[in-house]
Amino acid sequence: MAVKTIANAQVQVTDDGYLEDMNQWNEDIAKEIAKELGIELTDKHFEVINYLREKTKAGEGLTIRKVGKSGVVDIKELYKLFPKGPLKFSSKIAGIPKPTSCI
Amino acid sequence: MKNLLILGAGTAGTMMLNKLYKELDKEEWKVTIVDQYKTHYYQPGFLFIPFGVYKKEDVTKPKYDFFPAGAEVIFSPIDKIVGEENKVYLEGGKVLNYDFLIIATGTQTRPSETTGLKDKLWYKDIFDFYTIDGALALHKRFKDFKGGNLVMCIAELPYKCPVAPIEFVCLAEAYFTKRGIRDKVNITYVTLMSGAFTKPVASKMLGELLEEKNIKVVPDFYLEHVDNENKKIVSYDEREIPFDILTIVPVNMGSDMIERSGLGDDMNYVKTNKYTLQSDQFENIFVIGDAANLPTSKAGSVAHFAGEILMENILAAMEGRELPAKFDGHANCYIETGYGKGALIDFNYITEPLPGTFPLPGIGPFGLLKNTKMNHYGKILFRWIYWHILVKGKELPIEADMTMAGKQRV
Repeated sequence: MAVKTIANAQVQVTDDGYLEDMNQWNEDIAKEIAKELGIELTDKHFEVINYLREKTKAGEGLTIRKVGKSGVVDIKELYKLFPKGPLKFSSKIAGIPKPTSCI
Repeated sequence: MKNLLILGAGTAGTMMLNKLYKELDKEEWKVTIVDQYKTHYYQPGFLFIPFGVYKKEDVTKPKYDFFPAGAEVIFSPIDKIVGEENKVYLEGGKVLNYDFLIIATGTQTRPSETTGLKDKLWYKDIFDFYTIDGALALHKRFKDFKGGNLVMCIAELPYKCPVAPIEFVCLAEAYFTKRGIRDKVNITYVTLMSGAFTKPVASKMLGELLEEKNIKVVPDFYLEHVDNENKKIVSYDEREIPFDILTIVPVNMGSDMIERSGLGDDMNYVKTNKYTLQSDQFENIFVIGDAANLPTSKAGSVAHFAGEILMENILAAMEGRELPAKFDGHANCYIETGYGKGALIDFNYITEPLPGTFPLPGIGPFGLLKNTKMNHYGKILFRWIYWHILVKGKELPIEADMTMAGKQRV
């Protein structure tokens, strides 16, 4: 665990750069993390991010399939929005924990 | 008379029936089990069928062999559970009342969830080995396979027995070597995970094992559809992998009955308290085995360890006591790696699989995350243990709670 300054805010992050506390998140932090990943955030990105944050707050686990069935985006769009890391990158930008696959 | 009703007579349901039937006062409790099928399969054995190690009769027994005399058995599909009424509706309209209900309806493969999977190449060049039919069809196809691309692809998480696809490619590698055509067969392991396995230490060890065997690993590949014309699998980010034989872990989902009952998550797994194994919605419903949405492996070993916890908790609930036991997510998996060797992993909700040794009184120790002959014998011995001890609900010398004894922290 380390403290990192993102968008002028001091936040706690894990070794691979995920926010420790989703309450330390704001939209500027999201934009800066996205930039590091080479993603320019649009309104559509934020729709996905808000969905991910809502579900995480409700204690629900997330999978790509679940996001694809959410009505927010389908899976192909999700890949276009967050290339190479549809769930990992979107989670990182959304300030929620790294998705775990429980097997 | 009070009613204990168990839905599903697979590994978990049958084991619970045997355990509880011994404990409960028969004057007070009537115990009933419901399943739609009459055959009990030793599912870990399916993996060996494509390679001719096991035949159908080695993995098949009548379910009746495992039910205690005196338990009521109903063979019927289930329509739905109505928790508010403490009733289960069977297809055809019969209604069963319960005081306590155990759901053990498992998980099923759903090839139709993936476009082009259950199409014209299904059981010709595309196979699962999670069903008896798929495993037998693949055995036939392997016999006249002269070489080409063998692709193993995992379509979705979670799926039953997470190590099985790794075992499959290891056994295929050994099988084609033995047949003298290994140099003509390209084996590719395609997974939606970021490595050969989920947890970092095991993923590294298993990744290296596959590399050593010249099995190519393609990570982060999320299957979108199967192109039957050009014999290719295509991912959502439009990568393509050609195959001559495709072996697939199809999407797994819980029973549709769970969805009809309003008890499941989006994959039809019953929303379950991961420590107490009680349904999140009804205090007199408990869940065991693959049917539960627990964040651990879908595997018989998990059902076995969870079974001891469930037993303590349901007996307490029946007496109106607080639930005493907490499940830790313990899983223990043999990994058959070919050439008469095997590896073993042991983990729970919190502790990832670690190297070391696994103490087993009388037989062990087994090497953890190590490729040894002893582990292979453990796996072979397990079929006997399964039929004679595990499903019959008898005690095994392994604790339900995972132990750190023998494990090395890394």
